[in-house]
Amino acid sequence: MSSISIEDTDGRREILRRMLTIREFDSTAGDLFADGEIPGFVHLYIGEEAVAVGACAALDEEDYITSTHRGHGHCIAKGLDPNRMMAELFGRRDGYCNGKGGSMHIADVEANMLGANGIVGAGPPLATGAALTSQFKGEDRIALAFLGDGAVAQGQVHEAINLAATWDLPAVFLVENNHFGEGTPADEQHNIENLSETAESYNIPGFTVDGMDVTAVNEAVAEARERARNGEGPTLIEADTYRYRGHFEGDPEPYRDEEDVKHWQERDPIDTFAERLIDRGDLTEAELEEMRSEIAAEIEAAVEYARDADLPDPSEAYDDMFGEPVPEIEEFASRLRADGAGGDSR
Amino acid sequence: MSTQPETASSDRTETLTVREAIRAALREEMEQDEDVFVMGEDVGKFGGVLDVTDGLFEQFGGERVRDTPISEAGFVGAGVGAAATGSRPVVEVMFSDFLGVSGEQIMNQMAKMRYMFGGKIEMPVTIRTTEGGGMGAASQHSGTPHTWFAHFPGLKAVTPGTPAAAKGLLKSAIRSNDPVFFFENKMMYEQSGEVPTDPGYTLPIGEASVEREGEDVTVVATQRLVGESLDVAEDLAGETSVEVIDVRSLYPLDTDTLADSIRKTGRMVVADESPISYGVHAEIVTRMVENEFFSLDAPLQRVGVPDTHIPFSSPLEDEVVPDGDDVRDAISQVV
Ligand SMILES: Cc1ncc(C[n+]2csc(CCOP(=O)(O)OP(=O)(O)O)c2C)c(N)n1
Ligand SMILES: [Mg+2]
Repeated sequence: MSSISIEDTDGRREILRRMLTIREFDSTAGDLFADGEIPGFVHLYIGEEAVAVGACAALDEEDYITSTHRGHGHCIAKGLDPNRMMAELFGRRDGYCNGKGGSMHIADVEANMLGANGIVGAGPPLATGAALTSQFKGEDRIALAFLGDGAVAQGQVHEAINLAATWDLPAVFLVENNHFGEGTPADEQHNIENLSETAESYNIPGFTVDGMDVTAVNEAVAEARERARNGEGPTLIEADTYRYRGHFEGDPEPYRDEEDVKHWQERDPIDTFAERLIDRGDLTEAELEEMRSEIAAEIEAAVEYARDADLPDPSEAYDDMFGEPVPEIEEFASRLRADGAGGDSR
Repeated sequence: MSTQPETASSDRTETLTVREAIRAALREEMEQDEDVFVMGEDVGKFGGVLDVTDGLFEQFGGERVRDTPISEAGFVGAGVGAAATGSRPVVEVMFSDFLGVSGEQIMNQMAKMRYMFGGKIEMPVTIRTTEGGGMGAASQHSGTPHTWFAHFPGLKAVTPGTPAAAKGLLKSAIRSNDPVFFFENKMMYEQSGEVPTDPGYTLPIGEASVEREGEDVTVVATQRLVGESLDVAEDLAGETSVEVIDVRSLYPLDTDTLADSIRKTGRMVVADESPISYGVHAEIVTRMVENEFFSLDAPLQRVGVPDTHIPFSSPLEDEVVPDGDDVRDAISQVV
């Protein structure tokens, strides 16, 4: 069963709520990065909300996803808690990765969210592997890999799709074509126009859908999921979308015009969906405003939660390397205890 | 096209950052040899994500400063193939962690072709990449994997610790007919220093440099830790006389310069940001034990990453990324 049904009013409202939550979370994260409260690299999902939410709404909670460096949207769409996400961005112990991962590595295996990823193209093989577990154990779950247009040029992506296709694995590969890989336009990285055309070479179904339309994405993923569960193998879906912000926060964006961004914003995935819901009577203007302010409060609370949360203790740097501890690392850690400061000399 | 790097000295210098020194080396070699070209992700119009190649696209055009798709296996491999057929590519792998994606072409093609073919080809490829923690960039963008490449037969690896070393070594790397990995450290790009202006200036690959003379203990350092060790040496002046050496080249390694130093001081700290076990530190220590066993007055010390990955959160990152304080602690263990 899909986790959120676009067929009923509550489901549609939840879809809208999740898209709004992503936008609010990421706008806030962008501001906090600019203010220097969030360190490291931050890639925002603003503009692409319909892809993550449309896809995850079509999945069951038991289904796996793999994500990318631009992962906040996938996390929220999969139902992760903004408090713990924000805490991770702040490097706090209460974050999803206890502060070890940060923005690019948020993961929640309990929610079957197998991680954002700092390596472009590394998610699809992991999704193929999760789909293999499902097939191997005779389970009913599928794995969906989110990947960027740029990632389609990676060798391991090709290998992962070919493997899934050859073994009829229950996988879905969802390409978020936002038309750029960092500063390089997609058409300078690929010799085909629609990236879904590659599906043909694997002999699997491939579709390009409007990634600014949450309904279109939802439908395509729902069908792909059915095929996967019926043993018919993977599907490659390309969602045509756009990122409004720079590649990373702080990107000077010499490679595109403000006009291009405006052009896409006219078809904003949240505004258009909200309008549709209002038109069909799922929601009033007033309720929409109420939803917006609830979400703003929720994200503000997440920021407070993150600010108040504890930073990890330096000694925690030595945790989690192995399931079965090794004396080498115990020894480094004990030296820390002995001198009480950063003591990794030998 | 020269084969062996020749050392030319010049009296004239200019103050450059490491970033500018690398850019100057690329520009000069491209001006001097039309077989040299640069490729990598966003190295062209964007000028490189860390700004290193800024301006080269405008000067040399898209044929010689090529933006690649996100395909490290493909374009590193293409660098190998191009080098084997008479081009002189300088390939940028944006972060050294991404070298994992291009592993095969490095291990089985780049490193082995000359040998397997009985010496019938040259392999004049340079791989530029950036290493190191300190930016909160987390585990997949902060590693220091240079040991792997220094260890692997058939590859050369350099790790400059100053702007002058960066320029001189990169020029030699590009002129070399062997595959050379040029490891930058991402916290050093703004570090500035005096750099010779003579376009003939190069530094031989395989020579270490005594950056500061001392009598009591030798600190053998790489990359960022060269500068931090010099600061420690300055702080300790009057108390402990510290000699600081920039290793510059991991493979080949200048055993003689290190041995001469330990013969004088009898004590050594090896400071390198790679993980401690089975690494650069171990190789240097072993060479000292093999060559200067009877000169050693104290156990040799290693400063490096304590066999972990680099975590995101700053208290954790600060804990595992070595710095001048760790060098100071190590010195205090032996003097
Ligand atoms: C293996 C690897 N190569 C390069 C990078 C640097 N990098 C990070 S994101 C990115 C662009 C990715 O483009 P795309 O897949 O289209 O995703 P988008 O950022 O557009 O969402 C690049 C080149 C990386 N993280 N990993
Ligand atoms: Mg993209």
